[in-house]
Amino acid sequence: MTDAAAATRSENYLNVDYRLRSWLLTTDHKRIGVLYLLSLTFFFFIGGAFAVVMRLELLTPQGDLVQPETYNKLFTMHGIVMVFFFLVPSIPAVFGNFLLPLMIGARDVAFPRLNLASWYIFMLGGLFTLGSVITGGVDTGWTFYTPLSSLSGTQVTTAATGIFIMGFSSILTGINFIVTTHKMRAPGLTWMRLPLFVWSLYATAIILVLGTPALTMALTLVGLERIFGIGIFNPALGGDPLLFQHLFWFYSHPAVYVMILPGMGVESELITCFSRRRPFGYSFIAGASLAIAVLGFLVWGHHMFVSGQSAYAGMIFSLLSFLVAIPSGVKVFAWSGTLFRGAISYETPMLYAFGFIGLFTIGGLTGLFLASMATDVHVHDTYFVVAHFHYVMVGGMVMAYLGALHFWWPKMTGRLYPEGWARLSALIVFLGFNLTFFPQFILGYLGMPRRYHAYPAEFQVLHVLSSAGASILGAGYLLPLVYFLWSLKYGKRAGSNPWNATGLEWRTPSPPPPHNFPESPVVTEEPYAYPVEERA
Amino acid sequence: MSDARADAAFPYDDPSQQREAATLGMWIFLAAELIFFGGAFVCYAAAASAHGPDFARASNRTALPLGAVNTAVLLTSSWTMALAVHAARDGRRKPLLGFLLATAALGTVFLALKGTEYLEDYHQRLVPGRAFLGSGPERLFFSFYFVMTGIHALHLLIGVALLLALAVIAWRGRRPLPTLNIFENCGLYWHFVDIVWIFLFPLLYLRGRHV
Repeated sequence: MTDAAAATRSENYLNVDYRLRSWLLTTDHKRIGVLYLLSLTFFFFIGGAFAVVMRLELLTPQGDLVQPETYNKLFTMHGIVMVFFFLVPSIPAVFGNFLLPLMIGARDVAFPRLNLASWYIFMLGGLFTLGSVITGGVDTGWTFYTPLSSLSGTQVTTAATGIFIMGFSSILTGINFIVTTHKMRAPGLTWMRLPLFVWSLYATAIILVLGTPALTMALTLVGLERIFGIGIFNPALGGDPLLFQHLFWFYSHPAVYVMILPGMGVESELITCFSRRRPFGYSFIAGASLAIAVLGFLVWGHHMFVSGQSAYAGMIFSLLSFLVAIPSGVKVFAWSGTLFRGAISYETPMLYAFGFIGLFTIGGLTGLFLASMATDVHVHDTYFVVAHFHYVMVGGMVMAYLGALHFWWPKMTGRLYPEGWARLSALIVFLGFNLTFFPQFILGYLGMPRRYHAYPAEFQVLHVLSSAGASILGAGYLLPLVYFLWSLKYGKRAGSNPWNATGLEWRTPSPPPPHNFPESPVVTEEPYAYPVEERA
Repeated sequence: MSDARADAAFPYDDPSQQREAATLGMWIFLAAELIFFGGAFVCYAAAASAHGPDFARASNRTALPLGAVNTAVLLTSSWTMALAVHAARDGRRKPLLGFLLATAALGTVFLALKGTEYLEDYHQRLVPGRAFLGSGPERLFFSFYFVMTGIHALHLLIGVALLLALAVIAWRGRRPLPTLNIFENCGLYWHFVDIVWIFLFPLLYLRGRHV
């Protein structure tokens, strides 16, 4: 308590200046992390709103709530907002920004002004994308496949411009993280002493820097095709629409790993802390992050098995896709090994961590169905695919995001959230998620195609289950919004290290002072040096 | 330590850390640029392998003399850029200013010649669109020609703006030149844009000339 009392009196990054100007012109990585947290919460609920209408439409077999064209726009905007304006930036932009300098004992990221510029660029991209919603929406799916995206009469150009702009924010954040990790580490913090979250951010940043430009080029060419009719993807002139898919997935498949690697990093932090054990196979977990980043660039063709690419290319892509399962499996086994004989406690972040392991494993293993060519032909473009990637992205990444939010909330705000409510919400999210998406595996296997607003009557039971689950899931997401806001005023003071965790970020007051550490830290030991207290 | 910190801008501990960070950042940025241009090059390669003869015929309609002169201009600008970086390292302000302005001038000459070339292409109805004179694949070739040279020219334009900003620093800046590595980083960018042209020139102008 004395520690907490001291923290309230002293200057921290939140109370140093209350004016709006000081937030809009801040170069403090912690404030920029908070700016992203607010923006992403906004985009998350916008993207969620589209899903609510979709699930309502799918309650009945007939298309009775919205027009088919409207439904096309709903799933497109849900995908665009959730992928580009929530999932890709989620953990890296919020927790990466907030924690990376703290975790490596630096005073800020390597390029603080560039970091603020990233946020403004991100918001500008978001404005264009929301503008495309207001002016009528887009109906191409978030994938923008040509020739539909070249010919569609909807606001493709505006939405693509928004994503094009947002891409620059990704690239700049990626550059910042890579340089920060290389050049800004505290004395004694060698690569093998880095927290596993930093390793996963590093791998993510590599993907952001080397993947995003391909998307930028793909969207540029679509935009120029729409405006000037240049025809690079137009078969009538000898162009090839498949080229777009190649360029698009060269970014978008690695981007799938952008949407899971940081979650895996969070997972490593949570599991070590709440089982009070060193990670089982530190170097394997770190190496697996890099392996996923590298292999992730070589598997894009598995999205195109039925597109007419050559069967030999398909076989190679299938084999490589199976290879990605190896580092992913290494991680799951390493986490399980860490839990084994650990002194496990069940605080809310740990509940999310357990949820992550189970749901990510289901999502990952069903990915193997899709990576094998023959099975993929059967389930391609069905709800099986929808369920698979929601298990990875929502069951994996959103669970990790919420786990991270609970774990580092005391550090960010200096306050504890109400543990009972938080545990309840973790339970609701887990149950709601499974009820929403498990029936979709069955639907897809039975042949229900994705992106349809109407369906045969025999699928109704499963669709109703899914919609019911979605409403539970929605409640599970709203609950934290309420108690986190409540905790800002009424939460107990957290102190610098409420979880007794290792890691440099816990060795500075909560909330941290503007330049992070009262004295520059020197690292003398391995990460996760939890005292050995194994259960008999 | 505290003395070194005073010499370096926040959040760095010392000037060498700051220099290394900026240089590393620039190289990573160029890697991203490489993937960006790479996307267009890959599409070009696919289209060219599908329409070899058409692309060769269309390539013969480009203005080779202007392209060749521009190649020489750009290579010369890379030489003056290298001299500018050298002058900055030695802390010689006057030669630095001269070489920066020379580089910017050569860049501007390139852009001016490119503009004349575009105008000529327009008169010969080579701009993709309804008025295009030629077959579908030929039009596709000129789509690539305009997109790739256009994006390259945009990069060069940004480069010229950067050079002019650096010229102001070289002219009026107070900090000793050798501590600044923005000259070197701008040089890296300039050479990168140059190298892109070295690939664009044979792909777009020379493709059909030996036939």
